[in-house]
Amino acid sequence: MAMRLIQEHPILDFEHGKKKKVRFTFDGTEMEGFEGEPIAMALHAGGVRIYRETPEMKRPRGFFCAIGKCSSCFMVVDGVPNVRTCIIPLREGMSVETQRGRGEVRSEEERGV
Amino acid sequence: MSVRTTEILVIGGGPAGLSAAIEAATLGAQVTVVDSDLKLGGQLIKQTHKFFGSKDEYAGTRGYKIADILFDDLRKNADRIEILSDCTATGYYPEDGTVTCMIGEESYFRMQPKKIVVATGAQERLIPFPGNDLPGVYGAGAVQTLMNVYGVTPGDRVLMVGAGNIGLIVSYQLLQAGVQVCGVVEFMPKVGGYWVHAAKIRRLGVPIYLQHTIVEALGERTVTGAIIENLAPDCTPGGKRTTIDCDIICMAVGLAPTCELLWQAGCDMKFIPQLCGHVALRDPSMRTSHPDIWIAGDAAGIEEASSAMVEGRIAGLGAAGACGHGTPEERKERFAHYSERLADLRAGEVGEKIRIGVSAAGVQKWEE
Repeated sequence: MAMRLIQEHPILDFEHGKKKKVRFTFDGTEMEGFEGEPIAMALHAGGVRIYRETPEMKRPRGFFCAIGKCSSCFMVVDGVPNVRTCIIPLREGMSVETQRGRGEVRSEEERGV
Repeated sequence: MSVRTTEILVIGGGPAGLSAAIEAATLGAQVTVVDSDLKLGGQLIKQTHKFFGSKDEYAGTRGYKIADILFDDLRKNADRIEILSDCTATGYYPEDGTVTCMIGEESYFRMQPKKIVVATGAQERLIPFPGNDLPGVYGAGAVQTLMNVYGVTPGDRVLMVGAGNIGLIVSYQLLQAGVQVCGVVEFMPKVGGYWVHAAKIRRLGVPIYLQHTIVEALGERTVTGAIIENLAPDCTPGGKRTTIDCDIICMAVGLAPTCELLWQAGCDMKFIPQLCGHVALRDPSMRTSHPDIWIAGDAAGIEEASSAMVEGRIAGLGAAGACGHGTPEERKERFAHYSERLADLRAGEVGEKIRIGVSAAGVQKWEE
């Protein structure tokens, strides 16, 4: 799916053409986005609205505050759960997955600390 | 966990935090700014409209251009200001005055500053209605981030909830981005924002549903519509209902100060409706009851970017002064200047609510 981007704006110039595109996967499907921009921006531009499922009621959740404060957009990124996708930058080859439930916090060993 | 030190830690790189950092640095302090976002400037970089206020606070300049002016000032003081983006302050430990910080999601360090300016801004409010958790119900700030910072189309048809300044301005910005706005819903019998902002969207044919509220977001997995309801003059429900076809419901129903760190630090807190929530009590230098912590901007009470910048100046001045920077005369002169600018911004009828709020949150002098 092509990215839904604002191409013409009376005040702003986004210079989308000058940004570096990278590829990543969302639940196994390949998508593209701009390197260094928040993961959620690439997902939203690619038409993805559902980012996680709540632990108890299994309700879909998506983007909400975009400043890393509300926890609505938590996803599993490269195996790490509860990633605030609205403020964590996109990198080439990232694996982004819908988060179901609370997610397991990785041990220090798994994190390589 | 590694330990870092700094003289003044500024938490939050929005208009208040950056102004505090610049002020403290120009007095000679060493400052570290931590900001959870990837880009500095807080909400300023999302504002494409021209600001009101006074010349000193760049009235007539678009918000994101004001951010550029602050970035220029930061560069001029680069030898005294360290900036850490993508770095979230996660906790304050009163026993040793440590702030824990997280870079990205899993890399932590301890910061031990001498003084702290908390300029953590605000968070979006939500109102209760069935379906308000559905993907597609977005905060107004989030919609601005999508379309004004990253140039992503937020959706096809947006219903705006709230006709305060933010709801009106973001509606206009949506139209500028080529997105349809199907209406603005406002609980009160008149628009809350400036008339000029309402007139702009009315001229472009956007209906403003006064004395209406949203009663339900429609959709199984994502938003496909909304039901709004006309309220009686005494605000009781039960009036005519209208179904709106939309894929985004944009919530512009107010903000609340972000002050978790201040609670953790044990600052004297008070619920002040005019400042939109719990805030820390502060003396005229913006110092809280905690002798090492200052506040500025929306974290000190919801107001505007213009006053946030002046409060930041005052807080930065106070923190730098407490570290012994600047002469007493210099500090006194600067303080008088900023206090006057703040009073000007809060003058008149529109500033009345804020004046009541800051007066209720104010303490003349903390006992030493």
